[in-house]
Amino acid sequence: MEMAVVAVLGADRVGIVAGISNVLARHNVNIVDISQTVVRDIFSMIMVVDISKADVDISQLRKELEEEGRRLGVMVGVYHIDVFRYMQRI
Amino acid sequence: MKFEPGEIGEVLEMLLFRELDIRAVTLSVNTLPAARPRPGDLLPALEEVLEPYLKRLRPAVERVASRLGVRIVTVRLAVSPVSILLEPIGDGAAAVEVARHLDKLAEKYGVDMVGGFSAFVHMGASRGDKALMEALPEALNTTARVAGFLNTASTMTGINLDAVKKAAEIILAMRPHAAARFAVTANLPEDVPFMPGAYHGLGLPDAVVNIAVSGPGVIEAVVRNLPDADVRTLHDAIKRAAFKITRLGELVGREVAKELGVPFGAVDLSVAPSPKVGDSVAAILEAIGLPRVGAPGSVFALALFTDAVKKGGAVAASTIGGLSGAFIPVSEDAVMAKAAAEGALTLDTLKAMTAVCNTGIDMVGIPADASPEAVAALVADVMALAVHLDKPLGVRLVPVPGAKPGDVYDLGGLYGSVAVMDISRYSKIPLMARGGTSPPGVERLKKG
Repeated sequence: MEMAVVAVLGADRVGIVAGISNVLARHNVNIVDISQTVVRDIFSMIMVVDISKADVDISQLRKELEEEGRRLGVMVGVYHIDVFRYMQRI
Repeated sequence: MKFEPGEIGEVLEMLLFRELDIRAVTLSVNTLPAARPRPGDLLPALEEVLEPYLKRLRPAVERVASRLGVRIVTVRLAVSPVSILLEPIGDGAAAVEVARHLDKLAEKYGVDMVGGFSAFVHMGASRGDKALMEALPEALNTTARVAGFLNTASTMTGINLDAVKKAAEIILAMRPHAAARFAVTANLPEDVPFMPGAYHGLGLPDAVVNIAVSGPGVIEAVVRNLPDADVRTLHDAIKRAAFKITRLGELVGREVAKELGVPFGAVDLSVAPSPKVGDSVAAILEAIGLPRVGAPGSVFALALFTDAVKKGGAVAASTIGGLSGAFIPVSEDAVMAKAAAEGALTLDTLKAMTAVCNTGIDMVGIPADASPEAVAALVADVMALAVHLDKPLGVRLVPVPGAKPGDVYDLGGLYGSVAVMDISRYSKIPLMARGGTSPPGVERLKKG
């Protein structure tokens, strides 16, 4: 399995989870884990997703998620899981 | 492998808000197969050696950055010391042509800097070294991406004062932007990914990838979150943060090496600052507890920081290399620059801090009409520290025409604004007229 982390941060509004999930589903990206909070109207979500069966590569996926983020007025970051594996595990 | 949201959040905070990035991917290439006895044959031969690597370098770095989601700020090339290529030719004009050709190739292939327009002269200058030294001012004055150094001292052989004097003349013959790409060094390691210290060492295979990390903002945040911690607790926290920063360098190095099909060399664990706010090593020292960097306590704070970074980074990297210490360039660090402009930092303070860092006196402005003897004597002091503390150090001075101490000159980009410092109240330093090469210190005897 090849995993990635999708991070979303911004002012809370209706449709953020739906918008981001739609892009993922469209490209056959499975959500493995999701953690989401709203603190003082700031929406924050971290998703761990499986991109091994995706029909696009991580760069294209990032581009489309960032576009969706702009539409929703939130910041989106997409990182390969190796970054977290290297930095948080020995 | 499962991660807690807090673990993911910590990394995201570093990447998004603390300026954590990879300062440089430096591809180091053996260019000695290009050596030719005739200048006309040297340039095409150099291109032939480099092109297969250059074609793939930037695309490979961009693929890795995009896959991981990590910023890689600069892409660099290190070549074998150009002085060696000049041995058969022995001509300064040919050396200038080599620099211009490297500059052109770098621009063509999207390489930000090329290091290695350099010579090792710590015990004397050979035919190629002399050609390179003759060419250095013009070569760097007429290029934009070429960097070089003169290694004038070594623990094993001592300090070449004649070369130090020559280096001072070279510095004073350079325009500010050229001088920012030139250092006088001691004990320079073979696998430095930072400029202007990068070159392809003689003990390396044909090509290796070396990595320079950044991320002082990450460590500053850690220190600021511990306002009441004692120094041992602080040291431990810095060590843990440095581990994580260096791990990112290790990951990027492995991935780029794989993409390029060349061996991964080393990670230089020094956390490089930049003139951006929140990307400053001096800000870490101030967060440790200084009213302003340069105040008493600066050497202690820098030593604590350097030691913690080394210990954390050493565990994180499969091989550490380059300078692997702490960088305190004055202009390339916003808080260092501010302290210098305020007069809190002097050359004497910097000399003292040099004892516990790995840069030396770096990116300091001097009046362009400074006395060559005073410049040489300042360099000689740093060379002596390097040789007797047995570590790499350098001097990078930027002569600013018409400037006086207290002025500021903006170099732009990663170089930042240099503060012009008072180099010496004495213009005549009779010691410099003696010349010669000082013998190696007792440190050399300890090595056998």
